[in-house]
Amino acid sequence: MTAPLKNVILYAIMVLLLVGTGLTQGWNLALTIFNMGLISAIMALGVNLQWGFAGLFNIGIMGFVALGGLATVLVSMPPVPEAWSAGGGRVLAGLVLGAATVGAAVLTYGRLRGRARTFGVLAVLIGGFFLYRYVFDGGVAAVEAVSPASTGYLGGLGLPVLLAWPVGGVLAAGAAWLIGKTALGLRSDYLAIATLGIAEIIIAVMKNEDWLARGVKNVVGIPRPAPVVPYEVDLQKSPEFLANAAAWGLDPTNASTLYVKLMYGILFAIVLVILLVLMQRALHSPWGRMMRAIRDNEVAAEAMGKNVTARHLQIFILGSAICGIAGAMMTTLDGQLTPGTYQPLRFTFLVWVMVIVGGSGNNFGSVLGGMLIWWLWVEVEPIGLGLMSILTSGLPDGSAVKDTLIDSAAQMRLLTMGLVLLLVLRFSPRGLIPEK
Amino acid sequence: MDLLNALVALLNYIIVPATAYGAQLAIGALGVTLIYGILRFSNFAHGDTMAFGTMVTILFTWWFQSMGLHLGPLPTALLALPFGIIGTSLMVLATDRAVYRFYRRKKAAPVILVIVSMGVMFIMNGIVRVGLSLGALGLTADGGKSVRGTDDVNFADGARFVITAGDFKTWTGLTEGLAIRSTQVLTIVTAIVVVVALFWFLNRTRTGKSMRAFSDNEDLALLSGINPERVVTVTWIIVAALATTAGVLYGLDKSYKAFTYFQLLLPIFASAIVGGLGSPLGAIAGGFVIAFSEVTVTYAWKKVVVYALPDGWGPDGLMQLLSTDYKFAVSFVILIIVLLFKPTGLFKGQSV
Repeated sequence: MTAPLKNVILYAIMVLLLVGTGLTQGWNLALTIFNMGLISAIMALGVNLQWGFAGLFNIGIMGFVALGGLATVLVSMPPVPEAWSAGGGRVLAGLVLGAATVGAAVLTYGRLRGRARTFGVLAVLIGGFFLYRYVFDGGVAAVEAVSPASTGYLGGLGLPVLLAWPVGGVLAAGAAWLIGKTALGLRSDYLAIATLGIAEIIIAVMKNEDWLARGVKNVVGIPRPAPVVPYEVDLQKSPEFLANAAAWGLDPTNASTLYVKLMYGILFAIVLVILLVLMQRALHSPWGRMMRAIRDNEVAAEAMGKNVTARHLQIFILGSAICGIAGAMMTTLDGQLTPGTYQPLRFTFLVWVMVIVGGSGNNFGSVLGGMLIWWLWVEVEPIGLGLMSILTSGLPDGSAVKDTLIDSAAQMRLLTMGLVLLLVLRFSPRGLIPEK
Repeated sequence: MDLLNALVALLNYIIVPATAYGAQLAIGALGVTLIYGILRFSNFAHGDTMAFGTMVTILFTWWFQSMGLHLGPLPTALLALPFGIIGTSLMVLATDRAVYRFYRRKKAAPVILVIVSMGVMFIMNGIVRVGLSLGALGLTADGGKSVRGTDDVNFADGARFVITAGDFKTWTGLTEGLAIRSTQVLTIVTAIVVVVALFWFLNRTRTGKSMRAFSDNEDLALLSGINPERVVTVTWIIVAALATTAGVLYGLDKSYKAFTYFQLLLPIFASAIVGGLGSPLGAIAGGFVIAFSEVTVTYAWKKVVVYALPDGWGPDGLMQLLSTDYKFAVSFVILIIVLLFKPTGLFKGQSV
């Protein structure tokens, strides 16, 4: 079987899985899986850029995805004028002071020598920290006091939400630049731990800094990319839509949900196709060849005059930006930002499973891996539940054993993902669609 | 101004808890560092190995409790710990045979082994959750009390305090109390025993020396007739013992929750790297550095400062540098600083 034919068959199987889900469990679920699958595919593309093209081991994907989500709030939510007048300026001044402190510390480090340097840097840092906390804390308290039940944060810019997607990419890219500058020169394990750590910090900041995006109180009601994706209630009022729904033989409620999901799906698919085309062009350009040369033999590439560290930094930023875009899209789809739901197993390690299973180094593989693993992640639970119900059908209802077994089906997800990853690594280490 | 009370408050809120936490991190980091030194990869499943060991120990603890076995003032978990270690050793050895050995024979790149350990991590995450809830069915005293795999489990029993705050106040007449929990004393005593035993083993026994030789230079070790499979097996057993001990001590001191153990990965790796990956001494130092900085940075210093300063000079605020939710940030920042200025860690570790 030739490679293209095999790929077509694999994608056809993916379509069949989704259609099967639609027929057996309803099209609503199938579309939900499809939409999240598209987003997962974009995340997998970002990781594939870093790992597949350049061999960078990034396990902080969750952080970049969360930054994308933050961008959605910062761009699309309406500003809260009361909060701005109460302490917005002070918060910003505090942040500027904090940044200035770090800048001054770096300057001091560069200018002084010996013991004076140690004491100078320490003095600048400690003095700056207390000054920053004094200014910043007052502002935060004032902002968070503004009707904490509904706002209590500065709000966003009130711009169209589609703008948040590139902004999410830029935010993630900024964070990636900071991490890359410090950690990329180090060994691969250190980069891994550094990214793992920064992801936890980003989540901690988003959970605790209520003035920024309400922390664990969540931001709900993020506007949709209207008019492309309308609201269900509006659709149900439109006579034209109702007539169309009737023609398809669907009731208005169901039809409007399906329509909204379909529209999201089309939007996401457009983004995915654009990114995929760009990535394919990059892969087959001199730049892509150089990247793979660096990945395969850093020493030789360096001897050929390639600046390995700079290229690594570049690709690390690009890959993280793609994850940021995917994160912004996901928050838009959810319509809310819930920092408490970001978990490394789901947002970092699962994406790794997608890339490895799909085939690292191959963009089409990553897209397939993203869709397939996401489908499996969602479907393992009902499948496990069904299996458990069959296994425990002999036990009386309400027995503790039965309840526990059925309860444990939910945990089978993690186990299955680990098993899939290990099996693929062992028997098909190059993934479903290997790199050419 | 009351320096004595300030000192007691400092002991009570910072030095005692941080020492216990540091000992737990140090034992955890020793496991990571040994794997790195001998098997040459960063084991991402280490947090879950700790969780597995603790889960097995909890199950045995419940079983012993249901049979009425107790250790008096000491927690029953101490009696169950050897069984937990045996269970975990069997588990890691089985994992090594089924998973890691294949890649070792193929001489796969370390980063592939790291990804493989991610797969093991996923599986362990599932197993510890299911295992706990299934085990709870048969073993808990009330038979079938429903424990979910994701629950917070408190399995400490026996005496809670060695010194209570009230006793301390009546003995010394100070206004500030010093409470020392039995789990804290237990942690520190166990840590000392474990570390002494480990260093004796590594430095004095033939097997320990062969492990160090293997870690220093694999080719030379193989040439001098050291059996690599034996070294690897012994390493896994030691790592299982360390991980289980660290996990049980942490669980006794705080509580057991599968997700928390997974999250311990970050401070443990930070400890191992700060100390220098592959260096056992560094792992211990790193554990205490990380623990003390986490506790000091996230502690509200107001109480200590009020005692230490002359009357009326006390600050209004809590004097807390960062909220406790940022404790991960602390380990991370220390990690970055050490890596930037001393890339091989405080004690010269390996750089592969």
